[in-house]
Amino acid sequence: MQRSFIAKNPSVLIFLTCLALFTLLVTVLSEGFGIGTISTSFIKTLGKTLCLCLIAVAMDLIWGFAGILSLGHFAFFGLGGYMIGMWLMYERTRLIVVESLSQADIPPTSSEVVDAIGNQIFGVVGSNEFPLIWAFSDSLFLQLVLVVLVPGLLALVFGWLAFRSRVTGVYLSILTQAMTLALALYLFQNDSGLRGNNGLSGLQNLPAVTASQDAVSLWFFWASALALGLGYLLAAWIVSGKFGSVIRGVRDNEARVRFLGYSVETYKLVIFTLTACIAAIAGALYYPQAGIINPAEVAPIASIYLAVWVAIGGRGRLYGAVIGAAFVSLLSTWFTGGQAPDISLGFYTVKWVDWWLVLLGLSFVAVTLFAPKGMGGLVDLWSQHKNPNRHGADLGPDDGALREQEASQ
Amino acid sequence: MIRLFFAGLAVLLSCLTASAEERDIQPILQEHQAAIAKSSRKTIGPAIDAIATSGSPKAQTVLETWAAKAMWMRKSDGAFLVGKKTENKTYQLTDFDSGEVVGTYPSKELKHLKPNSGVRAMIATALVMFQLSDPDKAKRQSALTSIQRDPSAVQLAPLRASIENEADAMLKARKQRLERLLTIGYDVDIKARVEAIEEMSTDLSVDVRATLNPLVATTRSVAPGNVPEGLNIARVLVPGAEGFSKDEAYDLLVDKGLARAQVSSDGMRNALVANIDGGRVGGVPVAQLDKDDARSRAYAALAETGRVPSLVTQTDIDATLAKHVFFESYAEPSVEVTTAANHALDSIGLKVGFNQTLDLTLDALSLASIYFLAAIGLAITFGVMGVINMAHGEFIMMGAYTGYVVQQIIPDHTVSIIVAIPLAFAVTFAAGVAMERLVIRWLYARPLETLLATFGISIALQQLAKNIFGTQARPLTAPGWLDGALVMNDVVSISYIRIAIFILALTFLGIFLFIMKRTRLGLETRAVTQNPSMAASMGINPGKVNMLTFGLGSGIAGIAGVAIGLFAKVTSELGSDYIVQSFMTVVVGGVGNIWGTLAGAVMIGFFQKGIEWLNPSNTLAAQTYMIVFIIIFIQFRPRGIIALKGRAAGD
Amino acid sequence: MSTLLEVSGVSVTFDGFRAINNLSFRIGEAELRAVIGPNGAGKTTFMDIVTGKTKPDEGRVIWGEKSISLLKMNEAKIAQAGIGRKFQKPTVFEDQTVQENLLMALKKPRGWFAVLAYKPSAADLEKVGELAQEIGLLNELKRKSGELSHGQKQWLEIGMLLAQEPRLLLVDEPAAGMTPQEREHTTDLLLEAAKTRAVVVVEHDMEFVRRLNCKVTVLHEGAVLAEGSLDHVTSNQEVIDVYLGR
Repeated sequence: MQRSFIAKNPSVLIFLTCLALFTLLVTVLSEGFGIGTISTSFIKTLGKTLCLCLIAVAMDLIWGFAGILSLGHFAFFGLGGYMIGMWLMYERTRLIVVESLSQADIPPTSSEVVDAIGNQIFGVVGSNEFPLIWAFSDSLFLQLVLVVLVPGLLALVFGWLAFRSRVTGVYLSILTQAMTLALALYLFQNDSGLRGNNGLSGLQNLPAVTASQDAVSLWFFWASALALGLGYLLAAWIVSGKFGSVIRGVRDNEARVRFLGYSVETYKLVIFTLTACIAAIAGALYYPQAGIINPAEVAPIASIYLAVWVAIGGRGRLYGAVIGAAFVSLLSTWFTGGQAPDISLGFYTVKWVDWWLVLLGLSFVAVTLFAPKGMGGLVDLWSQHKNPNRHGADLGPDDGALREQEASQ
Repeated sequence: MIRLFFAGLAVLLSCLTASAEERDIQPILQEHQAAIAKSSRKTIGPAIDAIATSGSPKAQTVLETWAAKAMWMRKSDGAFLVGKKTENKTYQLTDFDSGEVVGTYPSKELKHLKPNSGVRAMIATALVMFQLSDPDKAKRQSALTSIQRDPSAVQLAPLRASIENEADAMLKARKQRLERLLTIGYDVDIKARVEAIEEMSTDLSVDVRATLNPLVATTRSVAPGNVPEGLNIARVLVPGAEGFSKDEAYDLLVDKGLARAQVSSDGMRNALVANIDGGRVGGVPVAQLDKDDARSRAYAALAETGRVPSLVTQTDIDATLAKHVFFESYAEPSVEVTTAANHALDSIGLKVGFNQTLDLTLDALSLASIYFLAAIGLAITFGVMGVINMAHGEFIMMGAYTGYVVQQIIPDHTVSIIVAIPLAFAVTFAAGVAMERLVIRWLYARPLETLLATFGISIALQQLAKNIFGTQARPLTAPGWLDGALVMNDVVSISYIRIAIFILALTFLGIFLFIMKRTRLGLETRAVTQNPSMAASMGINPGKVNMLTFGLGSGIAGIAGVAIGLFAKVTSELGSDYIVQSFMTVVVGGVGNIWGTLAGAVMIGFFQKGIEWLNPSNTLAAQTYMIVFIIIFIQFRPRGIIALKGRAAGD
Repeated sequence: MSTLLEVSGVSVTFDGFRAINNLSFRIGEAELRAVIGPNGAGKTTFMDIVTGKTKPDEGRVIWGEKSISLLKMNEAKIAQAGIGRKFQKPTVFEDQTVQENLLMALKKPRGWFAVLAYKPSAADLEKVGELAQEIGLLNELKRKSGELSHGQKQWLEIGMLLAQEPRLLLVDEPAAGMTPQEREHTTDLLLEAAKTRAVVVVEHDMEFVRRLNCKVTVLHEGAVLAEGSLDHVTSNQEVIDVYLGR
């Protein structure tokens, strides 16, 4: 079956090969294991970019294939990061605390250790007790389970409520945006139990690992590449089968799918929850590389940028999402990092740090207006795909349906 | 001491009423010469009292001179005199009683009296009594304010005495009121106090409650055996009952020195550390002391040898608790007073609650009108045209910045606001029309793409504003006549800006209804909304109508921006703060209906204020819960409060 | 002949407008029925009610031998129970191939997990081939259905309905916008289908209805005006007044 699946979808094989080659190349050029052309901080940037590509794949599944423009997927991304961050922070603080308490005259009891950890972690928000949500933070395994479970459950409950009442189109988009806003506002509180706007920090240090950051960053890079590869494969497999047919049907004409006897709400819920879990895993890999997570990461704007990446890359094709996320986020790093040369107009100097967002916003408008296929459309040019002339008709009546210009042969 | 006060006051009273008896002040000063010369806060009290109650007409002058650091003591005889600097470090001295100059002395023969701030405060209190009857109205006023700020028993008698001859009606009323409050707090006659309490029990003011509250303040205490006699007991406490745990009870015993303190885990640890003996503590190896039970064993072993106090067990605690009685008592000894005060506070509390509800309603209304203002433009573009405009918030921001720029050019705030409102409308109208022509027109059937494209415009505009105006908040100042608040009583008040915004919101509602129901544009808009192709065949140009409608919606956002800028900070993020709430307002209210938007704004406003009232410290939580509530609300009314039904709903 | 679907006393109101007014209708197993009526007679609303898209204000809709009420079921459940619907406009999934469209419609478990794990068996593909043959799209199996002609889309949709193996087929104006030859083909398909199941056809075109040669129900203002053979109803004076005469 796998063979026929790959045979049917050559783009998957091409993509995986490119990803593998890229990973190999970066490893060879890295400081940790190779000749050192690429700095460790850039390895981290690349690793983070791969995580962003993974959440873009999830976004493409939910928006490009199921037609649900979710403006809340960064909430799941952030929650995944928080879940793994809790263990990283707890364990690392525990090691430090145990180390310092072992200097004392008599060995500490376990409750003394926990109290000291609580003091260390929650001192900044004027507390020293562990909130209930940290109950499992001492166990890596349980926190890893929570990485998927917590965002998954949130998506399940929210999706169940939203889809059950048949909220669709822009209403749903706004509702998902409200969800992520609510989560961000909640996390901003000091008594949310997750250190308010301080967030969780020091996540780049793996507890009990003595290897240098050069090596650790490469490990995460590999893990991110692996996750992206697996996520891509899973997404490609899902959309290529009958399930993919059904969700694409939901995108273009929800009512018709319903009259075929498919429970549209269930399918939406499944794809929503699944993409939330993928997003959470991406987040759990992203934040240890970023080193810090705080509620601002969950703000609604982040999820909208996610939609921007996918739109610029070209929705409805998985590689488009990956290309869009990689291209825009790396370009954004380049521009906002001050590396782009300023342009002097004589009377005014264009500083890209200030003007990049203006450029991004306007080019986004341009893509929406003039190139709905996004960068993925370039692939069509190359493979000489032609669009059928549909006389201005979209592929279905629903808000999320593919546009005429997005259809391919 | 208090008795002395009253005795003195009686004297003062008699001299104020009789106002004839002349007495020199210098002998009294000499009586307290040592204390005055030292001017220490601890010892000066009797001296000030003596001066204040001397009955001498010069007493006030002495106190004022002293407080103003213009009193000098002649070292030769210890006389206190008014000093005035002349030249070459010499001072001209004047006698208090005669008012005659007694001569000029070099500074080394004199001692300058420099009372510190504590002493000056005491002098000021004493002076209040004189000032209460001062011919200068301003002085009387400041005396009353000073009593209000720091009431004390001594002030009661002079205050009472000063009421009768008070000429100014306003001040008289104030004095009478203050007299009641002082009576409640300090009168010796319990009946008078109870009467005063009952009289004031309908008053909502903060100062009444501030007077009553200390009367009913209780302290927890404990006594062996039975409840002691002679105390005004509020209630007897049972350890272990609701609100009073056994631990608390035992801690109270420890505090009062009636029981031995429990050994804390820290204390135990320190005791163990202090008794390490050859790698073992009480026979337990140190390495094993990382468990609580091992520590207890080691400690018990130590306690047996008598090197540390033994642990207090639960049985010990229970036994000790049983031997004592716990109670809360009032500091105020009179039962009548505390009972009356409790009653009065209850009845005031009820009234305050009622008024707080009123205040909350006003607050909620004002918040609702802000949301309505922010959302009404969106209701037009989203509700009437079905176009999602994520840049709506940025139009609000543009309006606010327009107001700011106008204020830079026209300094007069009233004129500048009058200019800014139409200008903001014009600017955002133009921006809206441009956006409709360039972008939205091409995406009419594609609401999700519209959402994303307008979002692109939104980030571009926001960054542009940041580049032009910087990240700092810019002030948009309201005209002077909008400063201040309409105060109904100490509980209910509403600022004029909020009233203005409320009126503005109502005006907009009226304008919108007028445009939609009474004008050609409204008619054409409704026609295009319901059936664009039919409208087009009737000779209506849908493109033009859409353009104007969009411009109108954007223009209203601009005016809303000026209004919002008056009370919020004008930053580039101003719009994005309101955009989600605005969408919520439209969605909750029901799309395509201005009354729905109004209902949505009112509901969200009231709901948010309601949550804030339940949890006042945390507005973030209030917003979180509000959004969660809205998500759940959508479950029950997916099409909003006022929903279109049937074919018009377009399902 | 046992009753498959019974609609009795159903009324529905939109903002005060009575779209369906105390409508009663029944159809047996393996019966072909044409429903005609002027615009606004409530034909589409009637279908909406049967398929669960619109909930009536009052009345009963009873289905099958076990007399299940359809009013408590959602669209998907009703479709699974065996009611298929074809819309006025051809609605196929235009971004997907003819084969994918048919596979999706094929009578198979509809649960998400079963669908996720589904892999078309040889029998399924054969079934799809047969259906494609029947609707004349065998050569177009790998083409995206968006590229098909209008008539081909109509057939594909009928083919999808047949693939669902419903016991009741609701067909809304199947012949609209078709060439005469295409109409003929459509008639054949419907007649063939009606041999094994109930088919309700809503149609304006009298010629087409005549060719179906079946019992006709005339709707007017949300209620049944007349019922019987085509000749019977066309000679009814009321029908002539409200519908044919204009």
